[in-house]
Amino acid sequence: MRYLPHTEDEVKEMLSTLGKDSLDALFSMVPENSRFKGELQIPQPLTEWELNRHMDGLAATMDSADRGRIFMGAGSYHHFIPEIVRYLISRSEFATAYTPYQPEISQGTLQGIFEYQTLVARLLGLDVANASLYDGATALAEALLMSIRITKRTKVAVSRGIHPLYRQVVATYFKPTGYEVIEIPCTASGRSDLSTLPPLSELAAVAVQSPNFFGVIEDLQGVREATKDEKTLFVCCFTEPLAYGLLKSPGHYGADIACGEGQSFGIPQSFGGPGLGMFACREKYMRNMPGRLVGQTVDVEGKRGFVLTLSTREQHIRREKATSNICSNQGLCAMASVIYMSTVGGSGIRELARLNYDKSEYLKGRLRQKGYRIVFDSPTFNEFVVDFTTGFDDRYQALMEKGIMAGLPLAGYYPELAGCYLLCVTETMEKADMDNLIREIG
Amino acid sequence: MTEKLTARGIVQEEPLLWEKSKPGKTGFSMPRRDVDACALDEALQGEGPDFPNLSEVEVIRHFTRLSQWNFGLDTGMYPLGSCTMKYNPKINDRQAGLSGFASAHPLAPQHVSQGALRLLVELEQFLCEITGMHAASLQPAAGAHGELAGMMIFNAFHQSKGVQRTKILIPDTAHGTNPASAALCGFKSIPVRSGEDGILTPELVAELMDEDTAGIMITNPNTLGLYEENLKEIADIIHGKGGLVYADGANMNAIMGVVRPGQIGVDVMHLNLHKTFSTPHGGGGPGAGPVLVREHLARFLPTPRPEKQGDHYVLSDACPDSIGRMHAFYGNFGILVRAYSYILSMGSEGLKNASRYAVLNANYIKEKLKDTYFLPYDKPCMHECVFSDQLQKESHATTLDIAKRLIDYGFHPPTIYFPLIVSGAIMIEPTETESKEDIDRFILAMQTIAAEIQADPDRLHEAPQFTKVRRLDEVRAARNPCLTGC
Repeated sequence: MRYLPHTEDEVKEMLSTLGKDSLDALFSMVPENSRFKGELQIPQPLTEWELNRHMDGLAATMDSADRGRIFMGAGSYHHFIPEIVRYLISRSEFATAYTPYQPEISQGTLQGIFEYQTLVARLLGLDVANASLYDGATALAEALLMSIRITKRTKVAVSRGIHPLYRQVVATYFKPTGYEVIEIPCTASGRSDLSTLPPLSELAAVAVQSPNFFGVIEDLQGVREATKDEKTLFVCCFTEPLAYGLLKSPGHYGADIACGEGQSFGIPQSFGGPGLGMFACREKYMRNMPGRLVGQTVDVEGKRGFVLTLSTREQHIRREKATSNICSNQGLCAMASVIYMSTVGGSGIRELARLNYDKSEYLKGRLRQKGYRIVFDSPTFNEFVVDFTTGFDDRYQALMEKGIMAGLPLAGYYPELAGCYLLCVTETMEKADMDNLIREIG
Repeated sequence: MTEKLTARGIVQEEPLLWEKSKPGKTGFSMPRRDVDACALDEALQGEGPDFPNLSEVEVIRHFTRLSQWNFGLDTGMYPLGSCTMKYNPKINDRQAGLSGFASAHPLAPQHVSQGALRLLVELEQFLCEITGMHAASLQPAAGAHGELAGMMIFNAFHQSKGVQRTKILIPDTAHGTNPASAALCGFKSIPVRSGEDGILTPELVAELMDEDTAGIMITNPNTLGLYEENLKEIADIIHGKGGLVYADGANMNAIMGVVRPGQIGVDVMHLNLHKTFSTPHGGGGPGAGPVLVREHLARFLPTPRPEKQGDHYVLSDACPDSIGRMHAFYGNFGILVRAYSYILSMGSEGLKNASRYAVLNANYIKEKLKDTYFLPYDKPCMHECVFSDQLQKESHATTLDIAKRLIDYGFHPPTIYFPLIVSGAIMIEPTETESKEDIDRFILAMQTIAAEIQADPDRLHEAPQFTKVRRLDEVRAARNPCLTGC
């Protein structure tokens, strides 16, 4: 086996150093009745070339964005990824390192993550960001648990406009705790209906997503006003960080925590993971934050350097009193996203976001012209809901045969939106693709 | 200015991204605009985030230079205890990067996602076969996430019996994340002392276990690198009081093909695919921490569950007792692809040999160094061995000094000051992919350092000497936190 370097002679020599006559004798401390005597039922080992063939075969069954025109977003977005992102994160010094416990030989990871924290904080308009969480959904769950720790209240209000799968993860995290989630409904224009909020004095947090699951840009000013002068934290979630290239940031509107999915920034969709849980908050809540943090300091010669810091919040020191149990995070994805953010740049990100907006507005306009109802009249970014009316299923399947995925059917997530589809357009979609969709839907 | 001009060999100085930024530069090939601009309410628009502006070549140089300040597994031996830093096969990165996988949408209809679903189903089967467990979920994104899923399953199991148990037993030789994971599910940790020989005694477990205790979280082999010889008996005690046994499988690399936890009384466990199954750790992640259960707990596993139905692979939500969804989609799929590829490359004998050689290498290091460094538990170890700085203390050299000096000799230091029950612990896990030559060089470096401590301990306080930065002021970083640049 090419990954196992020992020769037979070396094994013998090492065993004799130990006074053992076989490899099995190394396991003498395992009681006889605990030993597995059989052979694991795993296929015969494949050569490198057989493995390639097998995996090529599996991958070939997938309808991916490289092969078709996929008008589907819903928390996983097809964006162009500059080749240098893949190239740089493939460098083994980044890819094969562990968590940077030894800062003197981990300055590459540490400076890169410090830069990531800085750019995420700037993107979201907040003071501090952590070194990443698992994904957007767990980031939201952690944000809500954090608000409960800070306020010592046990209820949170969560908008129905937040990604339904994120809300499912929140429910999973909350189930064993006894904390309560109150759902905020959406209005006919697709925004969170804040008039239904229970008394703020009961609430640890009010959470909305913007742009929300329907692509609708929420009235964040309204959320701020509805949560003002109270302890209640304003949590702003997102699935599409590119939106903040064009729109005002959550921090601008006074959000206390912004959290969500960073996959759009240089990370392949990869069937839903690995993604990137982005998480930022106001400085006063820094010590309540979950996850790892990189901070700046100096070495014994006074030179600038970076270390993991504020680890007294973390599980290996605080054990059961830790702010979270997270240990491994999504480090290399955070590195990919900081490379992406610095490649696209400040002027580029705004232009790219504007292009995404204009392209999705183009398709929206064409669909309207064609007589389809755009379900929500609020402004949207990248995504919007269109009513193809019930009975569109057959047409949807027929389009699939032609390599077009005409959005995400919403009936399974929102029964009241049966016949409605969530469509997504990014910079990867050409005008001709959209014109073709319009022709094909008939 | 002079500082900016210095470089030690090819280790170059490099400013922060925004210190290099200049308006007008770009590193991005802007996609063509083929539609007209549309109106958008001005009140919604911001100025755009203050990202740096750099050309492509500047971004490449920046991150290439940063990477050169890092020590990776491909740089050299990385004997970080309990982290299983084994070689990450490059061919598995190719598989995860195949466009059919990398560009796949998680919510695409299942009939156009068959390859990915089949991979999930088969990987679950392989992991069950290796561990002797009955069913698995691949959703947890890291080991601690798997632990959390496991504790939620404990909670759901006891709830289904109509009781809310409030405590959980956690030995002093367990991993550090265990108490935090249990706390998230409302369990109060009850510490269990390991015996004089470093393993748990059934007597103490029997004394602490009661009907208000949900069960026990055991790391086996434990963080001293020792096999928990009484695990079966302990499991009987726990089960006798209606509790469950959780095994932290972070150390599974010691026992593949030798012990199947599912057959010795373990009810729930997790695996770290970024340890035992060779996926790269990425400087902190992403990893994957599948959770596995015995048959009577399968109904509690996270949803959706990938299944084979006839000739087709589907995602099933038909599990009313499930703890629910742990991840927005199906976990860190790209990591799962790599672990699946690793198992297919190794086969049954290859996996067993990996564990045998991992144990051989650890015992060899233990034997060769036990006259040089204090060995608190002098007995055969599994995949890692734990020394301490007790013999070096009188020369005023500590574990930290030894670790930093190893850097000067070209090795990544072992895990230090963990487990907590050994004062000044030095926890060494070589893994099976280190050659005998490299292991012998590591042993020589450790012996040389011990000799240096005798001769000139002050020299060690100066280590490391040849790195990008020297020892860093961690107290200052924590006292006046600077987490973002300006």
